[in-house]
Amino acid sequence: MRFRAKIVDINCIQHFTRVLGTISRMAKMCALRMTPTKLYFILADNAAVGGVSIWCELTQSNFFDEYRIEGKDETNNIYLELAPDNLARAMKSAGNAQAVKIKLTKKHTPCLTFEITLPSLTSHTRSVVHDVPVGVIPQRNWEEYEEPAMPDFDVSIYMPSLKVVKNVIERMKNLSSFLILAANQNGDMTLGIDTDLAAVTTHFKHLDMPTWEGDNSSQNHNRDPDKMAEARVDVKKLATFLHGQQVNPSRVICNIMHGKAVQFLLLHEDISLQYVIPAVSL
Amino acid sequence: MSRLTQQSSDDNRFILVAKLDNARNLLNILKAVHFKESATCFVSSNGLKFTVEDAKCVQANAFVQNGIFQEYIFKEESATFRINLNVLLECLNIFGSSKDTGTCTALKMCYAGYGSPLILMLEEGGVLTDCSIQTQEPDETLEFDFSSAEVLNKIIMKSECLKEAFSELDMTSEVLQILMSPDNPYFRLSTFGHAGSTHSDFPKDSDMVESFECQQTQTNRYRISLLKPSTKALQLSSKISIRMDDRGFLSLQYMIINEDGQVCFVEYLCAPDEEVDEEDEEDLS
Repeated sequence: MRFRAKIVDINCIQHFTRVLGTISRMAKMCALRMTPTKLYFILADNAAVGGVSIWCELTQSNFFDEYRIEGKDETNNIYLELAPDNLARAMKSAGNAQAVKIKLTKKHTPCLTFEITLPSLTSHTRSVVHDVPVGVIPQRNWEEYEEPAMPDFDVSIYMPSLKVVKNVIERMKNLSSFLILAANQNGDMTLGIDTDLAAVTTHFKHLDMPTWEGDNSSQNHNRDPDKMAEARVDVKKLATFLHGQQVNPSRVICNIMHGKAVQFLLLHEDISLQYVIPAVSL
Repeated sequence: MSRLTQQSSDDNRFILVAKLDNARNLLNILKAVHFKESATCFVSSNGLKFTVEDAKCVQANAFVQNGIFQEYIFKEESATFRINLNVLLECLNIFGSSKDTGTCTALKMCYAGYGSPLILMLEEGGVLTDCSIQTQEPDETLEFDFSSAEVLNKIIMKSECLKEAFSELDMTSEVLQILMSPDNPYFRLSTFGHAGSTHSDFPKDSDMVESFECQQTQTNRYRISLLKPSTKALQLSSKISIRMDDRGFLSLQYMIINEDGQVCFVEYLCAPDEEVDEEDEEDLS
């Protein structure tokens, strides 16, 4: 099993740092799957106990200048378990780096070693090395980290300005532990809380609807466009997603499975991120 | 046309309908008295008064007169309800807009009378939020009987010079002692903490003092934990009037100028902690 990769472009270094920062704010532990073309950060908490799931996909060629991987078999996959915060902290040293090399190494435990080359005033460059301990996930467990199937959502809608949503959710978080997110196919979305002390609902109107190809939205066609689909979710998990993201996506799609879950799709040119929050019943 | 400015036929069922172009004008003045979870709200045709009390010793009143509102309709003589101030403030600030972002939240506030919730409708940038906040049975509020006829000492000064003194109060001291006198040292704030005592003297003839009317030397102590919350009002205010009556009761009135240049008042009333005994007075002189 071998892995080595190198980034030299400062924009790529910073972008990669932001991706790691985003993941580290959303998950304490996650899996990193590496394939010849892609990197995936995967969190598959048990939804039955209210856990969120994350699927974040990067195309390696958008980030890395050198990238070599040799997995155990011909599929050429490596699955690691790690604390994304450790990766984010390692990349903190790379703010103005000339190059970052990432290698899978065997110290007293398996590590992802970050070799960061920093500029200096003399002719000698400085280098910083971080060893991030990782666990290697054996092949028999790989199936736990498969891409989640696109859910059968009832309503799919583009999120309104994240800045406004963040403010509203921050206030609602202080009023209630649960938030009801609802939307219909007419471009209406509401965020609401309801407690013994107060009921508060924020209404967004005229939002765009994404067009989906294929059959996973087939059931939407005969749906009354005014009918709201809603999910009651843990407001902290929603806040974690909104505050955690550092990649400034161009658009965010929100898919609601009535009474079951909410899925957010963060769309960016180089990365895609899915975040699923299960619904909590009353 | 904004959805909030439209007259709805629904308004008839409310005894209070008040509209405000900038919800921060209400939010900020309520922050000045936000040191307890609940407030009692008195509604009259003159406007709203929010009263917050603690330990039966201190009372803060925020006066939001009808002139602050762009529209103010109240159909009854008076109405009183208790409301959770934490919730009200979160709702008023739902969009998190600030003076720096240059955005304003429009507000429409309605109340249908005893037992009904307080309804808030807020709008910013085409996004609408409606809130329904439960009201509670009003508690009886304290009557301090503070009348200007019994006032012995009164100083009006710019808030600026007190801000530092109040924000750096030595909280290890149990009391804040206030001296007001026609003679030197005129106006003195003292604390007696673990690390020692502090005395801050304010001369009566500085530019900061606008009016100085002291008839008789008075030294009174007030629980510092009760007066500390008044710092919130002080920070927002431009002028303060400090008065002491013959019983040693303290009235602090703050003049607050809101973002639209309107003047509002917040008042803190506080009962003295104890009589200062002879020995202490000798120590001071």
